Amino acid sequence: MIKFLSNIGANMIGFIQTVGHASLFIVAIVWVLPYAIKRFGLLVKQIYFLGVLSLPIILTAGLFVGMVISLQGYNVLVDYNSEEAVGTMTALSLIRELGPVVAGLLFAGRAGSALTAEIGLMRSTEQISALEMMAVDPNRYIYAPRLAASIIVMPILSMMFIAIGIIGGYLVAVGWLGVDEGFFWSQMQAHVDWSGDVLNGVIKSVAFGVLIALVSLYQGVNAMPTSEGVSRATTKTVVHSSLGILGLDFLLTVLMF
Amino acid sequence: MQNEFIIEVKNLSFSRGSRQIFNNLNLTIPQGKITAIMGPSGTGKTTLLKLIAGQLQPDSGEVLVNGLNIHQLGRKKLYELRRIMGMLFQSGALLTDFSVFDNIAFPLREHTDLPDEILAPLVKMKLQAVGLRGAKDLMPSELSGGMSRRVALARAIALDPEIIFYDEPFTGQDPIALGVLVDLIKTLNQSLKLTSVVVSHDVHEIMSIADHVCILSEGKVVAADSPQALMESDNKFVDQFINGLPDGPVPFQYPANQYVDDLKIAHKDNRV
Repeated sequence: MIKFLSNIGANMIGFIQTVGHASLFIVAIVWVLPYAIKRFGLLVKQIYFLGVLSLPIILTAGLFVGMVISLQGYNVLVDYNSEEAVGTMTALSLIRELGPVVAGLLFAGRAGSALTAEIGLMRSTEQISALEMMAVDPNRYIYAPRLAASIIVMPILSMMFIAIGIIGGYLVAVGWLGVDEGFFWSQMQAHVDWSGDVLNGVIKSVAFGVLIALVSLYQGVNAMPTSEGVSRATTKTVVHSSLGILGLDFLLTVLMF
Repeated sequence: MQNEFIIEVKNLSFSRGSRQIFNNLNLTIPQGKITAIMGPSGTGKTTLLKLIAGQLQPDSGEVLVNGLNIHQLGRKKLYELRRIMGMLFQSGALLTDFSVFDNIAFPLREHTDLPDEILAPLVKMKLQAVGLRGAKDLMPSELSGGMSRRVALARAIALDPEIIFYDEPFTGQDPIALGVLVDLIKTLNQSLKLTSVVVSHDVHEIMSIADHVCILSEGKVVAADSPQALMESDNKFVDQFINGLPDGPVPFQYPANQYVDDLKIAHKDNRV
């Protein structure tokens, strides 16, 4: 019984230590975030690495998600003779939820895992220690540009996911199923609100960008400097980021809509 | 008047989890000399370097570098102090995205505003010192182990440091690369008037160039003297370590039950 209680105590202390450690790490990076603007070259490199290289997966997934929503929506709406609302349904689903969330999940899998592996390997090959010994602060040189790039690219990727998704929905609904093109676009225009829908979607994706970058960097920095340690950290990044996105999405949806 | 010792380690204790690595360690590093820190694997030699460089925080005690307690410095002061230090890591720790030239130019670009026309000759001079001027356009993945360490050495001296730390510089090197590194450490120390701290357990190589040797074991300094004095030491541990004797104060056998008892148990088990 005493062993059981001491285990609970030890786990609690471990958890509190991790939270404290993570908080200090986050504060340290956020504190030097403006430095990322000063090092514009590093920022652009990370925008390319995190954003441009994620485009193929984001655009492909967005196209298929839009096509599926449109097809499923049409099959339901056609029973009520409301198939012209399929454009609105596709756009709202994508803008409010699926755009930020699915793009976030894909970003965590593609870019978040790559960030963790990169930082973990830099640590295991002592590159981070070498930077410190050359009096170069890794918070400024390594972490801040990556966090800033993630904050910048996540809403852009999310918007591109939504745009291509709507095009996918249009191809299925109008091109294939014969929904009237005018109704498709005009219903969408009438029912999608700029600040209520689009802006909230952007805010969500920025929040997911911050979350993914911080989880990825934290896991990379704290990865055991072995191949198994880096592999575990990469897995943790994807799992923690994905669950974090879904939880945070619920919280933000409650507050926004 | 300048202090005779550029680094002073006073009553340093450090532990990882429940394992105590150093217990009230005291050590001094004389200025302008090559000091070797030796000891069996797992004694914490690399950890000691990281403590001296302020990359790890001790449990207690202090490390004075140029008279400054490195663990009580703020970030800005610590980074200023690190500009007079260079470190050659065991793995080389070259930045893998950069070419050899850019790796050596990196600290200069970060800490100075030198234009490229001045920076390029400086980098080439550092590369010439380690014999790799011709390899300036290669990427780290194209270098052999010995070349990586020489490039890392050129980078470590890029900012003309006063102190340079070498972490196991000879590990895994072929005899030619090893000879080159031994020679470089000695030549650079003399020509650049450096203080060199070399962590190693390659006894013969390091004894041939060191002015002062500290031997660590179980978290303490067992012996600290000139190489000649240590060669003639009657300390049994020093004798075992320097002459590479398989048994002695450091036993050949890892602590275990009585051998006879172990065999009896095995015999009984087999019968059952």
